Amino acid sequence: MYAQLVETGAKRVKSLDEMSPEERAFQEKIDAETKIEPKNWMPEGYRKTLIRQISQHAHSEVVGMLPEGNWVTRAPTLKRKLQLMAKIQDEAGHGLYLYSAMETLGADRDEEIEKLHQGKAKYSSIFNYPTLNWADMGAVGWLVDGAAIVNQVVLQRTSYGPYSRAMIRICKEESFHQRQGYQILLDMMREGTDEQKQMVQDAINRLWWPALMMFGPHDDESPNSQQSMAWKIKRKSNDELRQMFIDQTVPQLEYLGCTAPDPDLKWNEETGHYDFGEINWQEFYDVLKGNGPCNRERINTRKKAIEEGAWVREAAVAYAKKQKQRAAAA
Amino acid sequence: MSEWRLYEVFVRSKHGLNHKHVGSVHAADAEMAMENARDLYTRRNEGVSIWVVPSDMITASASDEKEVLFDPSEDKVYRHASFYELPDEVGHM
Repeated sequence: MYAQLVETGAKRVKSLDEMSPEERAFQEKIDAETKIEPKNWMPEGYRKTLIRQISQHAHSEVVGMLPEGNWVTRAPTLKRKLQLMAKIQDEAGHGLYLYSAMETLGADRDEEIEKLHQGKAKYSSIFNYPTLNWADMGAVGWLVDGAAIVNQVVLQRTSYGPYSRAMIRICKEESFHQRQGYQILLDMMREGTDEQKQMVQDAINRLWWPALMMFGPHDDESPNSQQSMAWKIKRKSNDELRQMFIDQTVPQLEYLGCTAPDPDLKWNEETGHYDFGEINWQEFYDVLKGNGPCNRERINTRKKAIEEGAWVREAAVAYAKKQKQRAAAA
Repeated sequence: MSEWRLYEVFVRSKHGLNHKHVGSVHAADAEMAMENARDLYTRRNEGVSIWVVPSDMITASASDEKEVLFDPSEDKVYRHASFYELPDEVGHM
C-alpha cells in the first residue's frame, strides 16, 4: 500500500446513536455508497484523515520516481530506457492527480510538500530501499507496482469522489508498469547469463519482504483501520490485501523459476491461500521512523529538486506577468 | 505554487463528443496550463481537444441547494415522453 499507518484521530468508531445529526446524515450517505464531494459537509476527522492519506499517497508517487531515476542513464537498451522514462513520467502524473484531489479538501500543496521535507509527513516505506542492479527495475515494477495495484484497485471505490476518480485514472495506467517490470525479469531469466539470473533472484530476495510491508501492520495492530473502514476511505484491511497480493504473485514467481526468501511460504489446501512467514516488523517501524537505508538520501534529493527548480518557477511567474502587461498595453 | 493559478481541465476524447472534466492543473498562465494539461491528461491519446478554465471563474451549485434546484423537476412527469400512453395500433412515435 502507498499509505501506511494513516492517523484518523479516532480511538474508536462512534455508533449512529452517538453522532450529531450532521454526522449521522454523513455516515448514512457513506453506508448507502453515495460518494462524498468537495462541497458536501464532512466530519473534520474525515477531512484530515483523507488529507493525510492522499498526501502520503502523492508523496509516495513522487519519491517513487527516485529509485528508478537512478537507472535511466544505466538502462541496458534504448527500448528499456524509453519504457522506464514513460513509467517515471506516469508516476509524476499520478502524484499530480493526487495532489489535485487533496487540494479539493482545502489543503495547500506547498504546505503538504513542506511537511514531507521536514519529516512530518510520510511516504511508503518501500522507497527507502536502494535499487542496486538492473533486475531491481524489473522487481520494482512487478512487486512494488503489483502491490500498489492490489491496494489501488480497491481504492477506486473509496468514499471520497475526487480520490476515487484519481484512483480510476491511475489504475488504468499502472498495469503497464507491472507488466514491463515482469517482462524485464522474464527476459533475464530466459536469455540471461547465469550471473544475470542470479541478479534476478538477488533483487527478489531483497525486495520481497519490503513489498509485503507496503500493506502496513497487521489488522489488530492497526488502530486507525477501523475508523477508515467505517468511513469507507479504506475498503479492505491490510491483511486481506496482503493475502490477495501473495496469492496472485506466487504463481508468477514460480513461472519465473525463482524463489521467495521465505521458508514458510507454501500453499494451504484447506484455506485455499498461501501461508507465509512473519514479517520483520521492527524493520518496518525503523524504516517508517526514518532509519531505512535511503530515507535521508530521498528527502535530500527532493529538497534539492525544489530548491534548484525555484528559479524556473519564478521565471514562469515573471514571464506570465510580463505577457499580461504587454497584452494590456497593446 | 500559491502564486500559480488553478485551472480546471476539460478534454474532448473523440470528435463529436462533449468536453468532459478530467481534473485540474496549476500554471502561471493559460498557455502553461494548456501545456501542463496536455502532459498530465493526454499521454495516451485520451483527447483531440483540451479546454482549460481558471477554477475561480466557475460558479457551481452548492450541494445543500440540491433540493431547491432539482426537486421541482421531479414532480413534472408530463415532461417525459413515457407519460403519454398511446394505443398499440398507432405504432412507433
